[in-house]
Order: sequence, then structure tokens, then C-alpha cells
Amino acid sequence: MRVGVFICHCGNNIAGTVEVAKVAEEARKMPGVAFATTYMYTCSEPGQEEIKAAIAREKLDRVVVAACSPRMHELTFRRTVEKAGLNRYFFEMANIREHCSWIGEDKELNTNKAIEAVKIAVEKVKQNKPLFPSRFKINKRVLVIGGGVAGMQAALDCADGGLEVVLVEKSPSLGGMMARLDKTFPTVDCSICILGPKMVDVSQHEKITLYAYSEIEEIKGYVGNYQIKIRKKATYVDWSKCTGCGACVEKCPSRNAYDYFNFGVAPCRAINIPFPQAIPKKAKIDPKFCRQFTKGKCGVCAKICPVGAINYEMQDEIVSEEVGAIIVASGYGLIDLDKLPEYGGGRYPDVISGIQYERILNASGPTAGHIVRPSDHTEPKTIVFVSCAGSRDKSIGIPYCSNFCCMYIAKQAILTKDHIPDSQCYVFYMDIRSPGKGYDEFTRRAQEEYGVKYIRGRVSRIYPKGKKLVVKGADTLLGTQVEVEADLVVLATAVIAAPDARILAEKLHISYDPYGFYVESHPKLRPVETNTSGVFLAGACQGPKDIPASVGQGSAAAAKVLSMFSKDTLESDPQIARVNQNICVGCRKCIRTCPFGAIEEQELRDGRIVAKVIETVCAGCGICNSTCPCGAIQLQHFTDNQLLAEVNALCLT
Amino acid sequence: MAEKEYVYFPGCSLEASAIEYDLSVRKVLGALGVKLIELDDWSCCGSTPAHSVDHGFAAAVAARNLALVEKMGHSTLITPCPACLSAFKKAHLRMEKDKDFQKEVNSLLDEPYQGGVTAKSVLQIIYEDIGIKAVAEKVKIDLPDLQVAPYYGCIINRPPAVMEFDDPENPVAMDRLMEAVGIKVCDFAFKVECCGAAFGVTKRKMVNELSAKVLAMALEAGANCLVVTCQLCHQNLDLRQEQINRTMGTSFNLPVLFFTQVIGLTYGFSPQELGIDKHNINAEPLIKSRRPVEERIKEEEEKAKAKKPKPKKAEEEES
Amino acid sequence: MEPINLTQNTDWEFIEQVKKESGENPSLCYQCGNCTAGCPYTKYFDFPVNQIMRLLQTGQKETILRSRSIWLCATCETCTTRCPCQIDIAHIMDVLRIIARRENYVAEKEVKIFYDAFLSSLKHHGRIFEVGILMGYNFRSGHLFTDADLGPKILGKGKIHFLPPRIQGRDKVAEIFRKFEEKRKSRG
Repeated sequence: MRVGVFICHCGNNIAGTVEVAKVAEEARKMPGVAFATTYMYTCSEPGQEEIKAAIAREKLDRVVVAACSPRMHELTFRRTVEKAGLNRYFFEMANIREHCSWIGEDKELNTNKAIEAVKIAVEKVKQNKPLFPSRFKINKRVLVIGGGVAGMQAALDCADGGLEVVLVEKSPSLGGMMARLDKTFPTVDCSICILGPKMVDVSQHEKITLYAYSEIEEIKGYVGNYQIKIRKKATYVDWSKCTGCGACVEKCPSRNAYDYFNFGVAPCRAINIPFPQAIPKKAKIDPKFCRQFTKGKCGVCAKICPVGAINYEMQDEIVSEEVGAIIVASGYGLIDLDKLPEYGGGRYPDVISGIQYERILNASGPTAGHIVRPSDHTEPKTIVFVSCAGSRDKSIGIPYCSNFCCMYIAKQAILTKDHIPDSQCYVFYMDIRSPGKGYDEFTRRAQEEYGVKYIRGRVSRIYPKGKKLVVKGADTLLGTQVEVEADLVVLATAVIAAPDARILAEKLHISYDPYGFYVESHPKLRPVETNTSGVFLAGACQGPKDIPASVGQGSAAAAKVLSMFSKDTLESDPQIARVNQNICVGCRKCIRTCPFGAIEEQELRDGRIVAKVIETVCAGCGICNSTCPCGAIQLQHFTDNQLLAEVNALCLT
Repeated sequence: MAEKEYVYFPGCSLEASAIEYDLSVRKVLGALGVKLIELDDWSCCGSTPAHSVDHGFAAAVAARNLALVEKMGHSTLITPCPACLSAFKKAHLRMEKDKDFQKEVNSLLDEPYQGGVTAKSVLQIIYEDIGIKAVAEKVKIDLPDLQVAPYYGCIINRPPAVMEFDDPENPVAMDRLMEAVGIKVCDFAFKVECCGAAFGVTKRKMVNELSAKVLAMALEAGANCLVVTCQLCHQNLDLRQEQINRTMGTSFNLPVLFFTQVIGLTYGFSPQELGIDKHNINAEPLIKSRRPVEERIKEEEEKAKAKKPKPKKAEEEES
Repeated sequence: MEPINLTQNTDWEFIEQVKKESGENPSLCYQCGNCTAGCPYTKYFDFPVNQIMRLLQTGQKETILRSRSIWLCATCETCTTRCPCQIDIAHIMDVLRIIARRENYVAEKEVKIFYDAFLSSLKHHGRIFEVGILMGYNFRSGHLFTDADLGPKILGKGKIHFLPPRIQGRDKVAEIFRKFEEKRKSRG
């Protein structure tokens, strides 16, 4: 055995507190080490060339690099030794940076620790076995969860790239939050006018299977081979017959249903088509408000429907789909007004959220685009917008900025002036965040051309006085308290994770941050991937963002899937468990403890039952290895012998 | 109902200028079966003046009383005064979190405070420990003319991390208690707006202006009476009401009652017993229409009887 | 306000002193103005409370300690309750007032005279003798007829006592004062 040891200076990061030359000197004395040297930046191209050259020159058959954390460059170096002709698992890294040089300044202590780290790595690498990844086939179909603008973009890009797409949308129609908007900033385009064509493309694309009013029930499998169960929720209307004529909606006697699409601005009928441009344009019954369901007698819609599409007996249906990759575009939520008690906590009807105001502004909304106060339906003349209602507020657990509120407030203020020329809008703000193209010009336009008064200061309290609402805020630039008597107050409520985001994450086995937003692989360099292979992110489910960013991420996620599917097979990680069936006694303890269900029973020809690892599902956690009473199942590259060699190196010598 | 027992800290002003608060608290808690043991030889909590000198000093002045409660073998102290409550809770909390502070404070006391006393307001124990149901059970008298705006004052439940009671923006304890004893409660937006606090003597005009806002909002809410739980608020709003009118050019004539006085009236105590006659603004016009609940029930029954004939007619028509 | 040379006139020690005594970190404040927006006393302050915080952040000790704001703060806790950065602003105002008293900056003399009259009553009697305080205040402040109009309203209702309350443990209360004074002197 001829082990080569390469100790990295990493500039001053390691060499600053570790005597790398001494470490190399000690390494040369270790049994099995044929060559040891130091290098300034081992991960650089010349550094890697040096390793390859040394392997050839010194006839090395194992390599140890003592440098940074393996999380940084283990993959890089494995590829290097592979290019030099060795199996990539004949390589070990000793972390003498994050675990050593970066911890303290004591050179002697650090150098000794580095020497020990190298010793451990050398003993381990001597025990390593060559491992070979297996390849498995992938199902080139993709699941997109969420039919908002990010999800639709991802679906369209995948489908146009030739892949079959399954798109699952929780609400009855495509469109997500963007479909609810009146206009979009900074161009003041009509939102549904630019979104509608995308919705039509999705619904008509031959490669996209759309499941609307459906949710993900269960996900089994692994990257390249997922088995998905989708729950098609009962709409109580046969969508294969429904034409979206709306006759049922007109005649429905139950008028107090909660309108989810309109965020409760006004009630709707128990049977409802969410909005005129909905796709699919089909009716759905809300059983909580339907008299047929709650009282047992009505049936008006069934009588009226010209195609007999109503079916009160409908049940949820579970369908199965198989895909190879998943793109999550499940969107975001908004905090409830009850989290803002100093603004009325939702008790004052004329204090509304930004999205509710958007529905009021919208010509196909519940007020037909007429701006009216919810309390008495009169036209407001003084409208106050409150930025950061919940955002950047540590005291309610939302310390982050919600990304797009500054922009939509400017937009809504401009639209208000258009609708009501003699109105006056005020905006209370702490900062104005308008970084995108044309964004700052847009917010300036609101102030310069549309006479919107921007007041720098937060709002402490809103209370009713007669028919008006007194908004008590501060103007920190003037240095005093200011009050505005408003007819209507619009709160830019904070963006939060979508309801049930955490439950969906658990089904997908992906991580979420403390706020429920899904965690990307790397915040800078890998924003649309997750640490779970095969699952990608797009849009606001990863963090609050506006439409162009969501669309960009939709396309990016699609690109990732298309590139993953450009090969016919995927490599599986060989650092998984393997059973020595000669030793296995068939106690099945490993099967019971495996959290991934990756071990199954196998009957041998002699009738013995032994354990067998399903290679593609095993995540390499090692729990089975520690459970097995006879050491029959071993985690490759981390076997008992290999780990014991490390312990012995440290404790016995 | 098992008899409840509490160690009671009246606070300095309840012995003198706010004696009616003490009278009504004792009457109402007595009626509810609560035994009050006045803290033996209690001293002033220090209030604002003490905490303007030094926090360790202020905590010592307050904690002397907490140590006395411990000496009595009790672990709860109740007080009607929000300022006293704030002094006790702040002293206790800081001494609990910061052991150096605890040492410093105890070095000023002759008997150290060990940290075992929870202080609560009278409002809190009536609302939480005794409960709405038990409070409602004792009601004998209707007060049909009262329309109250419940005014909590700024510190009985703020900051929430210290006072640990009710909602800091929209408290409801007094609202629910008033409803429970059959009083009409108005939707009042200034529940926790400061009335001027302890500046009455030194900055009279400032206090008058701030108190005037509270009175004006009460009228806006449709109230004809303010109900309070703090005697300093009471003084600023009631005793100084003519001062307010002079300063502001207003003509307020709004009676201000302690919530315990209102409850006491519904239990059948006389205004004299509850100290209502000691107030500045006369509350008599609003409470003189009080009458036993049975009378109202009887009246309602008679009215219902008078309406009965109608169903008979419909039956006749049908047959 | 005068222009400030931040390089020369930032009192870094003062900032640290306030941080230490209050346990609060003024750097957490992002000057949103919520405190000023809700403060009922903004009208009467010479510097609204968020500006006091800003003066603290920029180490302007003299300006703060000479201000009237710190003496007119009622500790109504509105700012603390609503601050989105969870700063106990009322506590900082208290600490500033304590430092001002210690270093003899008293912009609102009447307020200090009243507090001193109150504390004197506490020291001598163990409890508050309201009539004594009022008289002590009137005399020392020179406003001899303060609240004279209220006298007749409460006379004869048993709400005024002309003799001070005296508790048994009043010497123990006085001890607190004495020990505190001693400690303060020894700290210098």
C-alpha cells in the first residue's frame, strides 16, 4: 500500500495557525505513507495537477488530502484521483481547517491536532474498499406541485422540452396569487390578461396533465422513480359535463359562503366558479355552506343544470402517477389581520389587507372594480397604505422583508388616483425597496405624478372615530407624531409560508426554515435545488419574491429537470448499506429501524430469510449498521472496521 | 364554593384619596366569598418616584413587601393598584432573571426576598380565579341606565411580558365582567391610552389634555359612564374633571366609577357602602333607576303573556 | 439642531453606560418611529422618543440629559409594548432619567421636586402622606396654590388625612434609603 498525503496551506487559513511543514514531516513517518507534501491551494487547478502527477510518479494507490471540510471539495478531489486512475473511494479528507485551524490561535495545539487528523485519515484510507455506483433507469416524467405563475412556467418549459408533466393545483383554478391581481408593477399590465394565455397553454398542452382542486396525498420512491398518489377532491360537480355556464351560481340560495379567491372581501354562493377567467372554468360546491349538505334539502343547482353535472354523492378520488422528478411551486400565504391587534386585529371592516384591496380594484372582483368601503359601500376619499404590517417585525416572529409590498403599494396608490381623481393617498413607510428594472422610477412616479404622500414612519395605532379611521403614525423626517383621518386603510400584510407548507415538505422529505419557506441547496449558487435529489423549487415557496423572479425560477427548475433527464440513467451513491447474507440471521431488526423503508426481506434458495437493501432507496444513514446484532449489514465506506481503524489510530498510538 | 384567601396590598392612596376603591373591593370580594388578609405593616411600593432614582433601590422598596408576604407563608399578593402591581412584578422578574441584581437588592433589605411571590391585580383574580360565572351568580340588581366604556389605563396589562394578563391592545376583562353583571358595554377604542399618570400635580394642563381625550372618546363610543380599575386614572378623570373643562373649554359631566363599585351595585350594596357618594362627578342620575332583577323578569313575562292571543287566531283561521 | 461632528463628539462611554445599566442594545433600533407614533406625550416632549433613541445611538449625552423629554416620560409602556425590535424603550428612558438625576441634570424642576417630596414621605413614614407631599411640593416649588381647587371637593368625605400614616417598620424603610446612599457614595 502506498498512501500519498497532501497538506494544504489554504493560503493563511490553515498555515496561519498550523505548521503544515511539520504535519507533512510527521505524515511521512506514518506506516503506509509513501509520500507527503504541502501545497498552497490544493483545490486549484495546479494543485489538482500536482496530486495527479504525484500519483503517477510515486505510484500511489491511496490519497489523503488534509485541508478544508469535505463538504467543500471532497467531490472535487474524488474526481481528481479518479482521473488519475484510482477508484474515487480510495480517497479521504482530513478537516484541518473548520475543525482545527479556524478554532483557535494556539499553533502547537493546532499542529498536534492536525497531525492526529491526518493519522486518522491515513488509517481509514488504508481500510477503504473500492466502490462502484450502480446506474438506474429514470422515468422521464415530471410532477409540478402548484399551478401559479412559477408552477405554470416550469410546467410549460418542461412540456415544451418534450417531457410529460403532471400539474397538481390545490384550488379549483390555475393562476395562483397572480390571477387575483388587478394590475402588475411596474408596467401596470392587466394581470389576468398576461397570465391568461399561460393558463390556456397549460390546459391545452398535450404533454401536460392537469389535476385541479387536487392535493398530493403521498409520495413514495426516490429520484427518477417516484410513485405519487394524488387526491382529487370532490367538487360535487362532474367536470367532464360542466360547461361553466354559471346558471347554478346564479340560482344558488346560499349566499354567505366564504369566498377563498376574493379573500373574504364579500361572500359568494355555496356553488361557485372562482373568477370569470378561471381555467378549468367549472363549478364547485363548498359543502360547509351548501344547504343540501348542511340541511338536507335544496337541490336547486341540480335542477337548474342543463347538463345534469351536479353529483352530491361524489367522493374524493385517489389517482396514481409515476414521475422521475418533482418541482415544488406551492406559493405563499399572508398573515391574518388578527396578528396585528394595534391595527384593529380584523375587527374594523374598513381596515383591509393589500390582497383584499387588489380584489376591490379588480374589474372582475366582487365590487366590479368600484373602490368602496366594505362597511358602507361609499367611495373613500382618503386612503392610507401601511407598509410593513407584520414584516420586519421581530416581535411577531417575522423579522424578514416581504419583498414586493413597497412596489404593490405604489401601484395600488396610482390605480386609486386613476379610479378616484379627487382622492388623496398616504403611504407610511420605513424604507422603500424597489430594486428591479424600472421599479424605483415607478415608486417615484407615484409620488411625483400621482400626488401620493409618502410619510417616513411606522403606524402605531389605528382606531375608529365616527365613520373614519384615525391612523396614528410618525413622520421621523419631520420629527413628530402625525395623524391621518382615513376612509379606508390598506395594510401590506406580511408574506408567510403557504398554509400546510410544512405538511407538504414532510411528504417530500425536504427541509424548511423556521418560517416554513423551503430550503434551497445553496442560498447563492443553487436557489432552485433542494438537498433531496429529484426535488426542485420554484417561486415564493422558497421565499417571498415577485413575478419575474418566480417566472425565472420556474424556468430554472425546468432546466434542472431537463438536464437531469438528458441522461437515460442516473448514478446511485454507493455509500449505502449492504448485507453480508452469510452472516445475516434474519432477525429483521434493521428492517424495523430503517427510517426510509429501504430494507426488505429476501428468501434464499435454502429457505433462509435474510435482509436485502433496496439500493436506490437507502439514504446511507447507518442506523441499520448500529442496530444489527451481528454486524451483517454494513454501511459501505463507513464500515465498523473502517471506523474502528480511525478510533484506534487516535487512541491506541 | 371553597373560600379563597388572598394577601391584600391596598396601596397608599386607597387609604386616603381613593378610599372608595378599597371599600368597594372589600365589599365585592366579601360577597364572592374571598377572604382578604391585609399584608401586615406593608410599606409604600415606591411607584414612579422610586424608579426615577435607581432600579435597585426601587426594587428594594417594593420587594420589602414581597419578603413580608413570604414571611406570612403565602405565595400570592393581590393589589387593586396597577402601579403597585407593576413595581412588584418588575422587582420580582428582574430579581429572578438576574442573580447579581437579586443580591444587590437584598443587600438593601433587612429581610431578603427569596423570589416566591406572584403578584396579581384584583381585576385579574376576579376575572380568572373567581370567574365570570361565579360573578354573574350573585347579581340581584339591574342598572338599566348605565352604558359604560371600560377604561383600563396604560399599565395594568403592559408590557405584556411583565404584567402577564389580558391583551395589551384590546383587553376584555372588565368588558366581560360588566357584561356578566348585566351592564351595557360600549365599544371603546381608548382602553389603554394614558390619562396623564402621575403628572397631575406638576403638569396639570398636560394631564387635563390627555384625560380629555379619554373622556371624549368615551362619549364617541356612546357611553355615559367610564369604568376604571386604577385610582390614579380615576383621580385624573373624575376629581380633575372640572379642571379638564377649564383647560379644554369643554363641558364634560361624565361619572367615573370603579368596576368593583358597579359590580357592588348589582349585588345590592348601597352607593354609600361602595363610596360612590365620595366621587366628584355625581353618578346618582345614572344609578337611581336601579331595581331588582326579579322585577324586570316579571315585567317581561307579563309582556310575553299579553302577546300570546295571536297564535290562537291563526289556528282558528286554519280550522 | 446644531451640526454635529460625529468623530469628535460621540460619547462612546455614555452609550456603553446606558447599555450596561439598562441591559438594552440601542443598535437594535431601526428608527421606524413606532414609539413616537404611539407616545401620548410626544406633544410635550422637546425631543420625541425616537429622537432620544437616535441621540443615544449617536452618543449625544449632553443633549439627552438636558432634555425635558426624559422627565416628562410617564412610563406608560406604549412604546415598549409596540416596538417591533422588542426594545424596552420605557426602561431606557427611565435609565436616562436616573443618570440625569445622578449627574444633576434636571430640565423639569417641578417633576423632581414632586418625586423628592414623595420619597421624603416614604422615608419618614413608610407610606405616602398625601397632604404632606402636596404641601411639601407647593412650598418647594413656589407654586403655593397647586390643586387648591380640589381641596373642597374631597374635604369631609374621609379622603384626606391630616396626620401621616406611620407603620411599625418605617425605620426599616428608612434603612433602605440609608444603605442605598452609602452604596452610592462608596461607588463614587
